[in-house]
This record gives sequence, structure tokens and C-alpha cells, in this order.
Amino acid sequence: MSLLEVNDLHTSFFTDAGEVKAVNGVSFSLEKGKVLGIVGESGSGKSVTAYSVMQILAGAGKIVSGSVKLNGQELVGAGEKVMKDVRGNRISIIFQDPMTSLNPTYTIGRQLMEGILLHTGRTKKQAWDRAVEMLKLVNVNEPEKRMKQYPYEFSGGMRQRVMIAMALACEPDILIADEPTTALDVTIQAQILELMKNLQEELGMAIIMITHDLGVVAQMCDEIIVMYAGSVCEQGTAEDIFYSPCHEYTKGLLRSIPTTSNDGERLQPITGTPIDLLNMPKGCPFAPRCDNAMKICLRERAQRKNIDGGHYAACWINERDGKVKGGEGSE
Amino acid sequence: MSEKSENLVEIRGLKQYFPVNTGFFRSTPLKAVDDVSFTIKRGETLGLVGESGCGKTTVGRTILHLYKPTAGEIIYDGKPIKTKDDIKEFRKKATMVFQDPYSSLNPRMTVSDIIGEPLDIHKMYDSSEKRRERIIELMGYVGLNTEHASRYAHEFSGGQRQRIGIARSLAIDPEFIVCDEPVSALDVSIQAQVINMFDELQEKLGLTYLFIAHDLLVVRHISDRIAVMYLGKMVELADAKEIYDHPQHPYSKSLLSSVPVPDPKIARANKRIVLSGDIPSPLNAPSGCPFRTRCPHATEKCAEQMPALREISPGHFAACHIL
Repeated sequence: MSLLEVNDLHTSFFTDAGEVKAVNGVSFSLEKGKVLGIVGESGSGKSVTAYSVMQILAGAGKIVSGSVKLNGQELVGAGEKVMKDVRGNRISIIFQDPMTSLNPTYTIGRQLMEGILLHTGRTKKQAWDRAVEMLKLVNVNEPEKRMKQYPYEFSGGMRQRVMIAMALACEPDILIADEPTTALDVTIQAQILELMKNLQEELGMAIIMITHDLGVVAQMCDEIIVMYAGSVCEQGTAEDIFYSPCHEYTKGLLRSIPTTSNDGERLQPITGTPIDLLNMPKGCPFAPRCDNAMKICLRERAQRKNIDGGHYAACWINERDGKVKGGEGSE
Repeated sequence: MSEKSENLVEIRGLKQYFPVNTGFFRSTPLKAVDDVSFTIKRGETLGLVGESGCGKTTVGRTILHLYKPTAGEIIYDGKPIKTKDDIKEFRKKATMVFQDPYSSLNPRMTVSDIIGEPLDIHKMYDSSEKRRERIIELMGYVGLNTEHASRYAHEFSGGQRQRIGIARSLAIDPEFIVCDEPVSALDVSIQAQVINMFDELQEKLGLTYLFIAHDLLVVRHISDRIAVMYLGKMVELADAKEIYDHPQHPYSKSLLSSVPVPDPKIARANKRIVLSGDIPSPLNAPSGCPFRTRCPHATEKCAEQMPALREISPGHFAACHIL
């Protein structure tokens, strides 16, 4: 049994303009101690997938169907009481912007202790000690002094460390990191990524890393999910995705980023503009931008099919080329 | 007419200080750019990289006199820019593309008015027919559909808005464009479209770019030479390939090794030089070399004296005592 199993998850936002299918049939599983990367562009549904797992969707968003199992326990429809125990305790999340995700009116210490007091039944004194210990763990200098300070007294990198400390204080099984380093500078990003990797090895938790940065994914992740317009295009190990991509969107993404090997050459961009989720085409959502689209791509959505081992892709071209191992995609 | 100089833009000892109130009746200068000198050759792309707060955007804006420089000289095509008339002439040849395609376009103007505004300001047409033709030509340059001329900016996606912004800066038929993080707000697949467009326009129109960005892979791709800034100072300047393959300054070394490479095998094998600590506040920058507080090789000399930017090998400049 996997630590986390997500099966055919559908999440929609019901807006005045109509239903926006932000997550449209996402399935994946996460094993203990692994790092899973979810990559995609803005609006691909990567963050909404994570928010659906945590059930912290904004007002108009609802899980329409599908299942999310944590250690075999179904979370969809489990009720707020169960979710309160899950959030921050068994699954934690850190957000993109460390500048706005801390409350400016409370001290760092108070914010760190909140979750500890809520979930672990420690006394205030013990929670304080635990919070100091967590700050030490994420390499914040003079943790006792820092506990009494307010967020404005911290730099961006330091705030993200506090967020990580807060997320890990209750020793969760899964840490969801939603673009944890996008707002940070490169040298600070390197510090935070190294810290996350070390803590992950030390504490043995699983990480879901949501990012648009293919470099960060290559560096951090064991498994990768590539999303486009709410659906999973392709999933597999980092090697599968980077060295033998099997979906036209993944191939296009990898061709369009500047690397050291395509020096001096023109980049090969993906043509067209991102999809409007209110007007989804009938067939493959990527077909309008795909250079190799066939007639069937415009008519019908490709199913997720197994390519090899844990490598899955939903692309008609694989079927044409006989790359598919047959059978349905799900395990 | 004098013959054209090889250096299109020459910056000498540029300083840009902003007064910051630090108490009652007291203000401290924030040294955003402190004694920076460099040249941009005709037709080249000079990449300017550094982390937030290092002064790279301020350099770009000061060159265009969006800020009045505190000290230093900006020489364009062999002519120093000093008086108001100089600035006005200069702005017919030099322009800027801004970072945020959402806030840099006026939401109450149509696309044709946005692109036409520089033409109106510099009175660069004789008849409204000519103005219209020019706008259509510009929209063609950046791959915008001419039917969109009467639409408003909010009807476009981020990538298309950035194209509108670029068309606006091309309106005056410039020689020199300061591109301030022009692709960092765009999605990866759109980024490549816009980067290619910059490349194509440069070839077609013979443009010179100062390309400011924090994404080092993008800068490496587009630039001929790259300058690295840290806390208002320029610490290294060399050919793009040279600086990536053989960075000399300890800061550049660490900055470049921190870039996550989109290739799992290389990324995992990569030895990163992770710096400790944060960037100091430019309000109380360290004495001597600004990088010394995070530098693994700092000595006493570094605290006393700012190392000068000097040529350590042909065409490769760095400012460090240990080199």
C-alpha cells in the first residue's frame, strides 16, 4: 500500500462564467520517503491538485469525484474532523510566498507553537522547546531570540525556513511544497533546496514538490508528473521524463528551455497560447498547440497508457508508434 | 557626421543613491548602484545578472535617465548625455521593455494607442494614415494579429501583452533597448517564443540590448557578454561562455553553481557552492568588498579595501583581491 493514493481526482471551480475543471482526472501514488514532482505551467492544476489533497480549496472549488487515500484511509468525504487531524499533522504544506504566508501580527514563536499545541498535546513549555528545536533544525541562528521576533524582521529565505520548521514540527508523513523557492533568489534557493533534501533524508518523509522550474525538479525529484490543463500528460521517474519523454507536451517543454547543450541555437518554443479552461476542446487539451497532432487528437482524449515500468503517458502518438504496452493505465 | 564608434553605450563611474529616511530629520543614502563602469558594443547583447536588490534594474533605469544619476557619465554613441535636450534626443534612440506585462500597459488604452503613443510623443509621422501603417508594421514585427489593434490589453494573455510592450518600444525605431526581466513573468513555453523574438528582432533591426534578468540560463542563452552585480557593485564581466565555464569571482562561482540544471544526472552530480547567510541590506553594506560577509575566502584586506574591477585575462574582468 502506498502512503498516498490519488485516484481519478476531479476538482472544479463553479464560477459565474461556468464550471472550470481545474483538475480533470488525476491519479498518482506516493511512496514513503520519495520526492514526487508535479510540473506544469500556470493554470495546469498543479496547485489545485495539492489543495484538493489537503482539502483547502477556496470557496468556489469542490472535489467533484475521485478518491484520496492516506495510508489506506479515504479522505474525500471524510469530514472536517478527520481533515483537521490530517492537516499540519500528517500532511503539511508550505506555500510559494513566504512574505504573505506568515501572519504579520503574531511572533514567529506563537505561529510555530500553534500547530504543535493543536496536534501533539504538549504543554506550552514543551511546545516552546519543540519550536526552538525546529528553528535549530532549519538553521535559523539564535533561535530563542528569533522566537520573539515578528515576520518583518526576517528575510525571505529565513521566512521560508520558518515555514518549513512550522510544517515539520508535527513530523508529518508528507510535506507538500507549493513552489517553495519561486519567490527566492538563486543562492537562497540553493540553501532551501539543500535544507529540504537533508531534512527529507533525516526524517524520512515524502515530499510533493510543485514547481514550474524543470531545473528544480531535475535536482530534487525521484518521480515526476507533468500536468497540462488539469490532466496528467505523463508520469514516470526523473530519467523517464528527461531522457525519454513520451508526450508531445513534455517534449515541447524540454525543447523550449535554454540549457548548456543548445547553446547558440534558436529555442524551439511551443506555439500558441495556454488553454482557456472555460473552453476546453473535446479531444486532447494540448492538441491545438501540438505540431504533430493527428485527427484523432482533436476528436478524442488519449487514455493514460503504460509505456514501461512506472512510466505512463496519455498521447495518441505513442499508440501510433506502438510504444504502448497495452492494457489500461492504472496500476 | 563622425564615424560610428564601436561602443554604443559607455558607462563611467555610475552612482545612483536614493535618500532613505532613517530617523527624525535624518536620511542615509541607499547606494543602489555604486561606481559601476562598463561598455556595451554596437549590436551586442550584454546580460546583467544578480539577485534582488543588487541594483541591476536601477542601472537600466539610470542609463535611460528615468532616474537622475547621482554621479557618473553616460556616453551614447560617443556623446555624453547631460542636458535636457540630450536626454530627449537620446530617448528617440533608446527605450525599455518592462518586466510585468500586466502593469506596464495602460488598461484604458487600445493596443494601437499603446503602440502609437511613442510615435505621438516624438511626432514621428506626417499623417494619420502613416501612423496607422506604422502601427500595423510594428504589430507584424512582434507577431500580433492586426485585427487586435482596437482591443484592450486585458483581452490578451501574458505572452501577447509582452509582445505589445515590445512593439511599443520598437515604435521609435530604436538602436538600444534596455530589457528589464522581459520574460520572467511568462510561462516556460511562452518564454521561449519571446526569447526567440528578441533574437530575430536583433538580427532584423540591428538592435543592441542590455538584457537584465535573474534567470541565468535565459541570460546565458541570449547574451554575448555577461556582467554580474552584487550589492550595487559589478563583480565580474566576461563573455557569456567564458563566465559560465570559468567564473572567477567567488560570488559568480556560487551563483552559477546554484542554478538548478534541467537534467537529472548533471543536477545530482553537480557540486553546489551553497553560500551561508543572506544578502546584507544595501543601507549598511559591509566595508570594503560587499561580498566579504558571505565569501569563503575573505581576508582582512577585503574588509579594508574594495577591490577594483580589473582585467584578469583578455576580455575577462573581475573585482576580487584573491585573483
